[in-house]
Amino acid sequence: MEEEIMTDKRPIISTGGRGGASGSKKTLPMPVRYAINAVLVLLVLVVGELMIDGGAITRYQSTVLEQVGVYIILAVSLNIATGYLGQLPLGHAGFMSVGAYGCAIFVMRMAEVLGVGARDFTTGTPLTVLLVIGGLLVGGLCAAVAGIIIGIPALRLKGDYLAIITLAFAEIIRVVMLNIDSVLGFKLTGGAKGLTGIPGYSSFLLVFACVAIVCFLIHTMMKSRHGRAILAIRDNEIAAEATGVNTTYYKTLAFVASAFFAGMAGGLYAGCIGVLQPAYFGFMKSIEILVMVVLGGMGSMLGSALSATVLTILPEALRAFSEYRMIAYAIVLILVMIFRPQGLLGSYDFSLSRIIERVMNRDFPWKKKDDAPADAAKGEEVSADV
Amino acid sequence: MDIFLSQVLNGLQLGSIYALVALGYTMVYGIILLLNFAHGDIIMVGAYVSWLVMAQLGLNPVLAILLSIVACTLMGVIIDKVAYAPLRNAPRLSILITAIGVSYFLENGAQLVFGADPKVVPAFTDISTINLGGLALSFPAVVTVLVTIVATVALTLLVQKSKLGKAMRAVSEDMGAARLMGINVNSTISFTFAVGSALAGIGAVLYAMAYTQASPTMGMMLGTKAFVAAVLGGIGSIPGAVVGGLIVGFAEMIVTWLGLSVWKDAVVFLLLIIVLIVRPTGIFGRTMSEKV
Repeated sequence: MEEEIMTDKRPIISTGGRGGASGSKKTLPMPVRYAINAVLVLLVLVVGELMIDGGAITRYQSTVLEQVGVYIILAVSLNIATGYLGQLPLGHAGFMSVGAYGCAIFVMRMAEVLGVGARDFTTGTPLTVLLVIGGLLVGGLCAAVAGIIIGIPALRLKGDYLAIITLAFAEIIRVVMLNIDSVLGFKLTGGAKGLTGIPGYSSFLLVFACVAIVCFLIHTMMKSRHGRAILAIRDNEIAAEATGVNTTYYKTLAFVASAFFAGMAGGLYAGCIGVLQPAYFGFMKSIEILVMVVLGGMGSMLGSALSATVLTILPEALRAFSEYRMIAYAIVLILVMIFRPQGLLGSYDFSLSRIIERVMNRDFPWKKKDDAPADAAKGEEVSADV
Repeated sequence: MDIFLSQVLNGLQLGSIYALVALGYTMVYGIILLLNFAHGDIIMVGAYVSWLVMAQLGLNPVLAILLSIVACTLMGVIIDKVAYAPLRNAPRLSILITAIGVSYFLENGAQLVFGADPKVVPAFTDISTINLGGLALSFPAVVTVLVTIVATVALTLLVQKSKLGKAMRAVSEDMGAARLMGINVNSTISFTFAVGSALAGIGAVLYAMAYTQASPTMGMMLGTKAFVAAVLGGIGSIPGAVVGGLIVGFAEMIVTWLGLSVWKDAVVFLLLIIVLIVRPTGIFGRTMSEKV
């Protein structure tokens, strides 16, 4: 669904690679690249929305699609901390739950104050749209605050110790969500029974618009000075520090960005399923998201998005074999790791602009340099496919 | 006084089980730097074997204990050979994900074979309390504590005095150099898994004795807590695992005693966070200096 707006990571690593060295190469100007991708995203959103309105996608399928979108955001946000920063947080579900509760409680309370009915959220008035956007931001900010609180002590630690401390924080968040009501003395999260009556504000359009925005923001962040600093820390922390990168600041930044987007995804998740229970956000949920990132290939946004899509749709498609599907899932996981430890896509990332540029330059992988003009026709076909 | 003593004994019992499981985590981590997520599920397998032998086949409890330990040991070695050995040189995260995969596999396999409902493991003995100087102490608790002491001492002797223990320490120090010195690295790692899993088997029997049930997901929380215990004590360190296990056990006991049992998981994890902030490698952990 989301391949169109994926980043290409190579230029981030070797910045001098494109354009600079060989003056004769044709390149697309940046505004054109953004325009192409923006048009494609809009196309996907409009086509998807039309298919849902027209009934080509059933209600059940569109719910699954919404969940796919939520998991894509979760996977690409975890990818910031795992793939780009090179740390191993095991508490992503904790951020997700903070965002989910933050967003849901904000939307519900504000709807009560403003007198907006639950029905209005499904039809969508300007006020509810504002409210939902506000809610998602509140959810994201709550998660970001949690990210700062967790990140500052956690990022002092390395490797497995960081993994376990984030796991510990996520479990604490879960227990707090479970028992906070009895401490506060009023109903906030609803405890084990859960927070019910959340208006179903998530729609295909909203979720995938968020997916596009999140992917765009992460992409631009990783291509900026800040992104390069984060990658430098991943590659060699001591060398990065020696060259003047403020490692503490950038580690926290990456961690908080990861938490913020996870919180947003949580907000969308709340609107998607309508009920929140602390049990949804256990250790297994964090692992599930981590598996998506690792299976797709760490540091590859396309990989994260693809494996999030496959791993969300597959269990739904295999409902008939529900007894065996988790075993199959486990076996696939083990086999992929044994035969392809770097993940399915490794660190490859798809870039439409790069392909168009190759077509413009008649530079195809399947032919030698000297007979370039002969295969121009083939090149046209490829561009038509894409 | 009596209540106090029995609470202390409860804490000791719980802590001992955590300690035995934590020892398995710590040994595997010490040798191949792997957080073995499947370790908790090995305990689940052991508990099911106990149930199978006693409740289904009606055999002697002693046989059940032995078979549980043997099954766990085999399980550990097989998992290492099938899932981890092909990944010795792969990035560490890949092995971690494989461990998660194995854990999923065992949990869901058990659910498929035995069903999702917990099974009741029959009592191993008829003796429920023993009198010690006028005090009635819970028999399983006393046995648990004694077995843990014996197992820890035996393990320490094995690692410190025996030739295999020396090989284990060498491999954990520097795998490449150990190989050059003529140590069979792969069989040493397998041996480590066997010992760690045997301890898990003992832990499984003791757990079944204390809580009399086996369920597909029982390994998850037990494993996570034991893992916390291992990290708390300093992962890779044998005394650390025991101390960590006892700390976690006592913390849970105290919180439950105060009537705040819903918060006990949070307290355990909070304790871990505080220890890691003060001592980033755990109580007994070695600080590793990073080479540039």
